[in-house]
Amino acid sequence: MMIKSRRSFLKVAGIAAIGMGAAPVMNLAASESHGNAGPEITKNEESLHAKRWGMVIDTSKLTEEVAEAVNKACHKAHNVPDFTITPDPEKYPHARTIRDGQEIKWIWPEHFHYAFPDKEDEFLAEKFHDLPFLVTCNHCKNAPCVQACPTQATFKREDGIVIMDYHRCIGCRFCMAACPYGSRNFNFMDPRPFIEETAPGFPTRTKGVVEKCNLCAERLAKGEQPHCVEASEGAIVVGDLEDPESKIRHLLAEHYTIRRKQSLGTEPSVYYIV
Amino acid sequence: MLEIAFKGSKKYWLWIVLLLAVIGAGAIAYVDQFLNGLMITGMSRDVSWGFYIANFTFLVGVAAGGVMVVIPYYLHDYERFHRITILGEFLAVACLIMCLLFIVVDLGQPTRMLNVLLYPTPHSMLFYDMIVLNGYLFLNIVVGWKVLEAERNQVEPVWWTKPLVLVSIPFAIGIHTVTAYLYCGLPGRGFWLTAILAPRFLASAFAAGPAFLIILCYIIRKFTKFDPGWEAMQTLSKIVCYAIIANLFFFACECFVVYYSGIPSHLAHTQYLLFGLHGHNMMVPWMWSSLGLMGLGAIFLLIPKLRNNHALLPVTCAMIFFGAWIDKALGMIAGGFVPSPLHHVTEYAPTLQEGIIALGVYGAGLFVLTILYKLATTVKEEVRG
Repeated sequence: MMIKSRRSFLKVAGIAAIGMGAAPVMNLAASESHGNAGPEITKNEESLHAKRWGMVIDTSKLTEEVAEAVNKACHKAHNVPDFTITPDPEKYPHARTIRDGQEIKWIWPEHFHYAFPDKEDEFLAEKFHDLPFLVTCNHCKNAPCVQACPTQATFKREDGIVIMDYHRCIGCRFCMAACPYGSRNFNFMDPRPFIEETAPGFPTRTKGVVEKCNLCAERLAKGEQPHCVEASEGAIVVGDLEDPESKIRHLLAEHYTIRRKQSLGTEPSVYYIV
Repeated sequence: MLEIAFKGSKKYWLWIVLLLAVIGAGAIAYVDQFLNGLMITGMSRDVSWGFYIANFTFLVGVAAGGVMVVIPYYLHDYERFHRITILGEFLAVACLIMCLLFIVVDLGQPTRMLNVLLYPTPHSMLFYDMIVLNGYLFLNIVVGWKVLEAERNQVEPVWWTKPLVLVSIPFAIGIHTVTAYLYCGLPGRGFWLTAILAPRFLASAFAAGPAFLIILCYIIRKFTKFDPGWEAMQTLSKIVCYAIIANLFFFACECFVVYYSGIPSHLAHTQYLLFGLHGHNMMVPWMWSSLGLMGLGAIFLLIPKLRNNHALLPVTCAMIFFGAWIDKALGMIAGGFVPSPLHHVTEYAPTLQEGIIALGVYGAGLFVLTILYKLATTVKEEVRG
């Protein structure tokens, strides 16, 4: 039961914002009138909700500076290791250096023909050639990683966010083979020596588990916008895809957008205005 | 019955000690991986499965190949396979143990592996793979042991071994089908996304498994007084012949589809394997060697004079076994992951340490195989003598 309750905790975190907001979180004494001994969960009034979270990236507002700022903000806040730094020799005297290609990325820039390999075009408009297309987890409606995971360590929340339980992941990497977007990362080694400054708001990970973008579920729960949105200078908007009045639905109605590998039927929730 | 394994010649003990040394080396290398993570491997973000899963996939095939002696004997009363069915079953046991070990050494968090049982997930293909692999292992241990014990006591095997044998046949097909389903159900991997993957896996399995069995028969004839029978080996070689031709045919079908349709997301992988992609061609010599070995092996088995040649047959079988290993182990992984979903070309080669760990797993498998074959051949010598 202990293990199960930890999992339910993660599941409701987005809608309930347990222990994060200013509002009272658990009312252990609420059981008397109902005759129910279980703790009651109340919502954080300030938390952001959606039926299905989605993201719109306006590529006309993307510059190299914006892309780098987004990448830095996300990685710093989520304790994503930077393997280019030298670990503190006093704290980590035996830290080894990682091999090329074993790095971890949650959101990062790619050229058009890598972000959209199925839309390769020899006559591609000039302006797209050097544009840093930000790519990340698509939080697919039909997520192949969720289907593949043998322990439900990767699962889909009711609000559409594909999220992970780092403590349940066995590191089989089936999800990495399943993801058609290369959005998943494996901790090939202990990431901690390569985190310059540990951000207290998010857990660090251990070696041997997979990780990826969580759409800042921990921030939405507090009523805050994701880090990438804040750092993007208006290029990234996150909102409810199912709400016709939401800002991102207006953007989708007004602009022509594309998604990555739409033909696979995964229904990505990240849209690109081109 | 196990006491038989403790009595052996000098050569037997030398071999056992050698295997233990290999296992020991693998274990030491693994301890380092366990402590420091899979960073010691050549795997990467783009090629997230490597030598371990490659060998796992291949050995599932060798294990399933054991059914090629079980079907003729139990379903068609093919008497000549009577003496070697136990060899097929015990080979399956050793291979499955290696398969499970390869899965464990590949896990990032091996101490959490029981989460697969704690949170059973029927929409994951790994769930079914776990069931069929363990089921097939269990069936082969029980059936092999019981039948051998009965033979030693010169009585009929207990009645329930027969239904278990019959159940083990769909399990053998199942282990390799489900292993193929791990790969071919993934939407973004053009190389694996093909309905012929499971049939192709089975074809190469039914070639590699019996081919290895023939080689083992030669070894048994050399080192024990037990004779598996030349005619049984001949029949096996015909099975290998049909299966390897089917495997090559299926590969030709794959090539036709990807090259004639020309869909880049499917074609790029085969192109990488056979001709290289964007100047990356590490796999090219391997793949052509594999095709050469399998093709030449098929020809050697097709021509009766060459197939019946006592000296050539083990060489032919080794060619086919090694060719199938390159094709299914190295090619399946490299072809599937290169290029990556974003069409980056990141090549993969195992590191030395990764190789030593894999060797340790093979050592453990051969250790189990040696013990089991020692039991089988000694019992059969006893009964005959």
